[in-house]
Amino acid sequence: MSQPDQILPRGRVLRYAFAERLNHWLAAFSYIYLLLTGLAFWSPWCFWIAAVLGGGQTSRTLHPWIGLVFFTAVMRMYSLWAAQMRSTEADKKWWRSLHHYVRNEDDKMPPAGRYNAGQKALFWSFFYGAILLLLTGIVLWFPESISWNMRWLRYIAVFLHPVAALVTIANFLIHIYMSVFAERGAFGSVIRGDVSLEFAKRYHPGWYDEIVGGRSSAPRK
Amino acid sequence: MSQATLRVQKISGHAGSVPGEDTQRQYTVAKLVDTTTCIGCKACEVACVEWNDMPFSPTTFDNTYQTMPETRWNYWNLILFNEHEKEDGSLMWLMRKNQCMHCAEPGCLAACPADGAIVQYTNGIVDFQQDKCIGCGYCISGCPFNIPKFNKETKRVYKCTLCTDRVSEGLEPACIKACPTGCLHFGSKEDMLVLAEQRAKQLKDNYNFPNAGVYDPKGVGGTGVIYVLHDATQPELYGGLPSNPTIPLMVKLWKGPLKWLGNVAMVGGLIGLFVHYLRFGPKDRDDAPQEGAKP
Repeated sequence: MSQPDQILPRGRVLRYAFAERLNHWLAAFSYIYLLLTGLAFWSPWCFWIAAVLGGGQTSRTLHPWIGLVFFTAVMRMYSLWAAQMRSTEADKKWWRSLHHYVRNEDDKMPPAGRYNAGQKALFWSFFYGAILLLLTGIVLWFPESISWNMRWLRYIAVFLHPVAALVTIANFLIHIYMSVFAERGAFGSVIRGDVSLEFAKRYHPGWYDEIVGGRSSAPRK
Repeated sequence: MSQATLRVQKISGHAGSVPGEDTQRQYTVAKLVDTTTCIGCKACEVACVEWNDMPFSPTTFDNTYQTMPETRWNYWNLILFNEHEKEDGSLMWLMRKNQCMHCAEPGCLAACPADGAIVQYTNGIVDFQQDKCIGCGYCISGCPFNIPKFNKETKRVYKCTLCTDRVSEGLEPACIKACPTGCLHFGSKEDMLVLAEQRAKQLKDNYNFPNAGVYDPKGVGGTGVIYVLHDATQPELYGGLPSNPTIPLMVKLWKGPLKWLGNVAMVGGLIGLFVHYLRFGPKDRDDAPQEGAKP
């Protein structure tokens, strides 16, 4: 991780490599499709979304296939990031200081590494959420193949699928809010890959030290 | 009755009011199946396939008289046979004509997410509208009677319509018309219940069936198909007729509390995040503008 080639000219630092960015957007676009069509199936008040996206039948046909794409992307995320998402002692302190974080008092937060504890929670909620959504989703994909004696499988699936989806939606909303609105520079980092050194120092001091620590020359501004 | 039958009182997956709801009172119609006079001739099965113009369906022989193990997407009416040995060693050959029960509170309709794919007419008939069906199969999970059946080719779900096309023209359903023993009756729910109770009383008083009774399960608000059973205390003997059918608990939890909780959480979350932004703004709000702070 702490490789000098992560430091880019003009005070920039590489946060997400191309493979990470590509995979992020594969997950993001598939998730957004699943969210929209899922909401259409969730409530009659949202069923119009299915009409906009090509009709109820089309949405029902594509939802499971796009679900497989999303699941694959999340598993790829696991292989890319799982090692960095392990909970540390500092994360426990971070959660205890959550009130400071919410009030934007970042100087009072324990230093975070490449990912803070909230981001780790997001990652694991999506990881386990995707597994649960896949398992229940397969049952919902072929309800006619579940025999009458095994109907309890369907009952579990119709309930747990939306539960798992709601958990991911909660995390998704916070994720969008943090990355697009709260932390300026975060959205660009997952498009172009880089953030400013100020960004790294402010939000991920542990990661900043890791990258810059070994370097003798001061970072260029 | 005529065209008025087509007035709708419940619509699946529908936001807003239901046209036809409470605009007109109508008889709730019902089928009465007297299992004690059914001879298992299957005339009703044939009449159903004929009238509804359904393609041939291979039968399954499993050493009983039953045509196939359960109803199919193109076989809506099936007599279930059970050779039941009583405690005294005597044999009872139980036959029950199985089809959609046309519940007053249909689980299929409650579970369906597609606007108008399942409707309940003001006469109580529950009908699938295949042109609006999205093929999700949630109705299969909502039904406590294992009735809706999926067609893999059309990706739609089908079941007994209670011959709504015939009923709307003042005719009885095809199965009723075909029955040679008169074990099938059709009329207003009220009348059918009276007739059923009379028959049950007759069975108790004159035919040594002390447990005879009428099957009209309250768990689904009563049904549009009611049975007279020799032994109403053991409906399971009649091809697994559930003694207290209800919309499955998980479906009720999903469409009830979970839906409320989820909607409140999603809308509340959006409002909460927006208000947070108004109050606290971006995290670097108080920083001096600097190169690189923005993407």
